[in-house]
Amino acid sequence: MTTVTHVPAGAERTAPPRRGVRSWAWIGLIPFLAYVVLFLALPTVLALASGLFTRDGSFTLDNLAALGDPVILGTFWNSTWLSLLTAVAGAVAGALVCYAMLGLSDTGVVRTAVDAAAGVFAQFGGVMLAFAFIATIGLQGVVTRLLAGIGIDLFADGPWIYELPGLILPYIFFQIPLMVITFMPALTALKPQWAEANLTLGGTRGTFWTRIGIPVLAPSFLACTLLLFANAFSSYATAAALASQGSQIVPLQIRTALTSETVLGRENLAGALALGMIVVVGVVMALYSLIERRAARWRG
Amino acid sequence: MNRLAPSRATRWVIAILVGAFFVVPMLSTLLYTLRDGDGFSLVHWTALLDPAKASLYAPIWAGLGNSLVLAAVTVAIVLFLLAPTMILVHLRFPRLRPGFEFLVLLPISIPAIVLVVGLAPIYQQLGRMLGTGAWTLAFAYGITVLPFAYRAIQASIDAVDIRTLTEAARSLGAGWGAVLLRVIAPNLRSGLLAASLISVAVVLGEFTIASLLNRQVFQTALLVVKNTDGYAAAVFTLLALAFAFALLIAIGLAGRARSGKAAS
Repeated sequence: MTTVTHVPAGAERTAPPRRGVRSWAWIGLIPFLAYVVLFLALPTVLALASGLFTRDGSFTLDNLAALGDPVILGTFWNSTWLSLLTAVAGAVAGALVCYAMLGLSDTGVVRTAVDAAAGVFAQFGGVMLAFAFIATIGLQGVVTRLLAGIGIDLFADGPWIYELPGLILPYIFFQIPLMVITFMPALTALKPQWAEANLTLGGTRGTFWTRIGIPVLAPSFLACTLLLFANAFSSYATAAALASQGSQIVPLQIRTALTSETVLGRENLAGALALGMIVVVGVVMALYSLIERRAARWRG
Repeated sequence: MNRLAPSRATRWVIAILVGAFFVVPMLSTLLYTLRDGDGFSLVHWTALLDPAKASLYAPIWAGLGNSLVLAAVTVAIVLFLLAPTMILVHLRFPRLRPGFEFLVLLPISIPAIVLVVGLAPIYQQLGRMLGTGAWTLAFAYGITVLPFAYRAIQASIDAVDIRTLTEAARSLGAGWGAVLLRVIAPNLRSGLLAASLISVAVVLGEFTIASLLNRQVFQTALLVVKNTDGYAAAVFTLLALAFAFALLIAIGLAGRARSGKAAS
């Protein structure tokens, strides 16, 4: 650290010149850094690299070619439309909930309860949400039986609850709460003064939303929808609990690849799938933070 | 009065429509657990305490035990590894904060299912060194709770002027240990509590990593039992969701105490 001597005198005064303590302080960062390298960076790199190497360690693009396989493309397509559909549905319903809660006290009973419920359903449900939907619209579900009582057969076209379409409702079930959690800050940051200015200038409630509210909120809404898309795309637990076999979506395809030696006659397919998945989620999340940063500008 | 707020009628229409979507599955699950032939009874709830069926539910209790141990170790990682590092960054390396924040929020963008592909070989090695006990999963869980725990603790750090407190304590002759334990930690109480509770909730609900690394935890046990007794799985689902709800209410109240204190 010879550069220390070149630090201008002014800088010396603002930062107390306790060089001994300073060099010790660096050491305090090491345990956490080592932990993150070992359990976050290393697994991520290993997961991505395993798609690019064969079992004996030589570099190959063969596994990546698997991403072009019609079966794999099909699962990526399934994941994409499922995520897109549930993200849009969840975003619209979640935004409505946020709107309904506008003007309620932050610390009121309703907000506290809704926040807690949203946290439970958005982040900790997984397997349990699948069970709840099996109990509701499963083959022996409560609603299924009720509807059967009035002559409606939910499963006239086969047991879709355990297939891809069965994921739509449970996914929306955890997407709405996530939207409430992420979109609420944007909505509460709308300034009541803007509504007053709108009224003073002769606008109505309707013009406030069409001319001010919606344009201002649009970037946040789009960002949150992207977050919901990434959330659905990477979600595993609910699908794994509902569809105990099969690999209709990418995470389930990774399960199949991890638990069986070779899939489609390829080794290390899990790594290639993980790579494909992180590219999709990475691009979506990068867009999210880009738009979110733009959206945060007027919040201040 | 907030002029943006919707009318009472609009509020109720939205609450009823969206609320129904959430109430119907929960209520159905409750009715499902009360089913007894063609009637209703508490038979599936009392069965949990029935010694004759104890072996059937043994996986759940074992999984729950493992999950609680994991929750404890994960909370220890949050309190004794993450929190001190955050304080250190805040006090000594404020310029590192954007980079640090990027790092700890990164797990949001890395799906657990991707992480598990890379964790599998690491846990193979770890298994040789530390054994294959379920508690070792806590290292992976510590990563998945990072974003949640970070946000909770950072909110507290931002609300309290730690730097002044630290300088005051140091100038009165306190050592760094005393500063950390007797000055900083009590002031970050609500953030540390919220971070711990949310970590417990995340660990109890985690399925992906445990399932694919073949460890028995609460969620994987639920799936095992569901295949033999769907009613028991539904009962435990309701209990677990209610427990998580109570935890998050506690976090909400802790946050309210904090904002109340900040306002006074």
